[in-house]
Amino acid sequence: MAKPDVQHEVEQFLYRQAEILDGKQWQGWIDLFTPDGIYWMPPAPEYKTWDGQPAIFAEDKNLMTVRMNRVLHPDAWSQRPLWETNHVVSNVIIEKASGEEIVARSRFHMMELRRDDVRHFAGSYRHELKRTRDGLRIKLQRVDMTNAQAAYDYVLQVWV
Amino acid sequence: MLRESIPDIGKMVEPDRVRREVYTDPAIFELEMQNIHEKVWIYCGHESQVPKVGDYYTMQIGRQPMLMVRGKDNKVHVLYNRCPHRGNMMCGDRHGNTGEQFRCSYHAWTFHHDGKLKNIPMMDSGYAGNRLNKESPELSMKRAARVESYRGFVFASLSPTGPSLKEFLGKSIVAFDDMCDRAPEGEVEVVPNCFRVIQHSNWKLFMENQIDALHPSVTHQSTGRAAHEVEKEIAKKARAGEALSYHMLSAFATVTIDKWDNFQTINYPYGHCILTGYMGLRPQDPDTKAYDQIMIKAYGQKRFEEIVGVNIHHVLVYPGLSVQSPLQQLRAVRPLGVDRTLTEIWHFRLKGAPEAIYRRSLAYYNLVNSPATLINADDLENFWKCHQGLSSDGGDWVSFARHFGHDIERPGEVSSAPNQGTSEAPMRNQMKAWAEYMRG
Repeated sequence: MAKPDVQHEVEQFLYRQAEILDGKQWQGWIDLFTPDGIYWMPPAPEYKTWDGQPAIFAEDKNLMTVRMNRVLHPDAWSQRPLWETNHVVSNVIIEKASGEEIVARSRFHMMELRRDDVRHFAGSYRHELKRTRDGLRIKLQRVDMTNAQAAYDYVLQVWV
Repeated sequence: MLRESIPDIGKMVEPDRVRREVYTDPAIFELEMQNIHEKVWIYCGHESQVPKVGDYYTMQIGRQPMLMVRGKDNKVHVLYNRCPHRGNMMCGDRHGNTGEQFRCSYHAWTFHHDGKLKNIPMMDSGYAGNRLNKESPELSMKRAARVESYRGFVFASLSPTGPSLKEFLGKSIVAFDDMCDRAPEGEVEVVPNCFRVIQHSNWKLFMENQIDALHPSVTHQSTGRAAHEVEKEIAKKARAGEALSYHMLSAFATVTIDKWDNFQTINYPYGHCILTGYMGLRPQDPDTKAYDQIMIKAYGQKRFEEIVGVNIHHVLVYPGLSVQSPLQQLRAVRPLGVDRTLTEIWHFRLKGAPEAIYRRSLAYYNLVNSPATLINADDLENFWKCHQGLSSDGGDWVSFARHFGHDIERPGEVSSAPNQGTSEAPMRNQMKAWAEYMRG
């Protein structure tokens, strides 16, 4: 079992990431990744690697920046309506903690309000974290969304 | 509830405008399913989706739940996904392998892959002296009236009569030729992942939007600009060609609204359409050059030039298929209701092409066509808003008058005039075909 201080540190990091995302602090969210960090949501659980395969998200910081600039653009029509999210992150398990590297699994539930419609997305995160001078940073965040394989009623506009 | 009388179709479509009910009336939707989707050739899937005997994939044709299955004869059969006994759906999963036979989960009736009855438990005693026997056609799974395949792309028609697949496709057959010819081995295979996205609008709004050359720089401006900014940053650091995937996005903004007239749409019978290309997909980077060499070896210089010279952005096979052949992807349109439409989105590998070329197709698939799309999010928003507006009494007509009267008509095709690529000719052509179908 992970030391209590590592467990606490990782939990606080994950909660903070969720809060930044729900707070629409897009640049702050991108800054949580290492310069070569990747955000990845595979289409199904059996995918082993983010690179060179179909993916719902497979974004480096450049692509994250495109996505951020898009949603901040005044003419991103689909972003205009009322849109809020609420993430709850829990079940945090430290898979590995050695030196600079920490791997943590957790569960999330995200409720999204868009216009008058509510959608729910849930699943698991797997964070490969690196300890840096600025604190923990994400090398790879894998998001296995339980409803990833179902038909999408509308789409996902921002990271889950 | 269906109304007793369906509005007079002849009065709904004029050459340059259509009545709004065409998109919103549930009775018209039912008639469309009957007269169009359940009659014409509809795309089922690619043969490589069902490589092994017993592999099946389900899909909707009009209102009919169907499946395609690889038989022991190696043929792909298309059947109604229904047990002839009590109507139980035969395959409850979207895809899988049914093994040696279909076996109904309700009373264990079994069927061959071509739908023919194999066995009913205790048939001899249970049906003795009965009007049914093993040869009765109503004891087999019903087959699609006609099934044809072109270069691996499987289509079915639920009507026993009508044009052959090749006649129906006409010039739009280039979608499949262009895609397959770009493979050194002349074939493509599916990448086994289907993205499925539902839009809250009538299916025709999707078909009209796909070849609407005016909308990208308006609808997709935000993503185009965002991508262009990042593309410029990358270009400062990277080798040529590396930012191609961003160019696929930034083209939406860097091609300014007045430039879209430079492109051309060519429209064909049955509502099909080609939009000529604009994305500059013949770059001169090392990956492309390596691919070119493989292609030249496979086809010779002359044929190679012909193949890569095909200048297509989109081919629409009306009423339910949108193909982007140079990027090896397609979207199959499955109407779910008058105001709900599912698109099934697939992409393909060019057999014999280097991995780097596949990655271009993949980049477009992930960025444009995934459920986290940077492009289609704004289309879906427009579709919903269109359907909402058309459901109102705020107006009776939808206008397709842009460049009306200027199109160039030749036997069997109508093109937008030079520098009139934003002509609404494709919508006029689709609605002309629609009206002909609807008259039955």
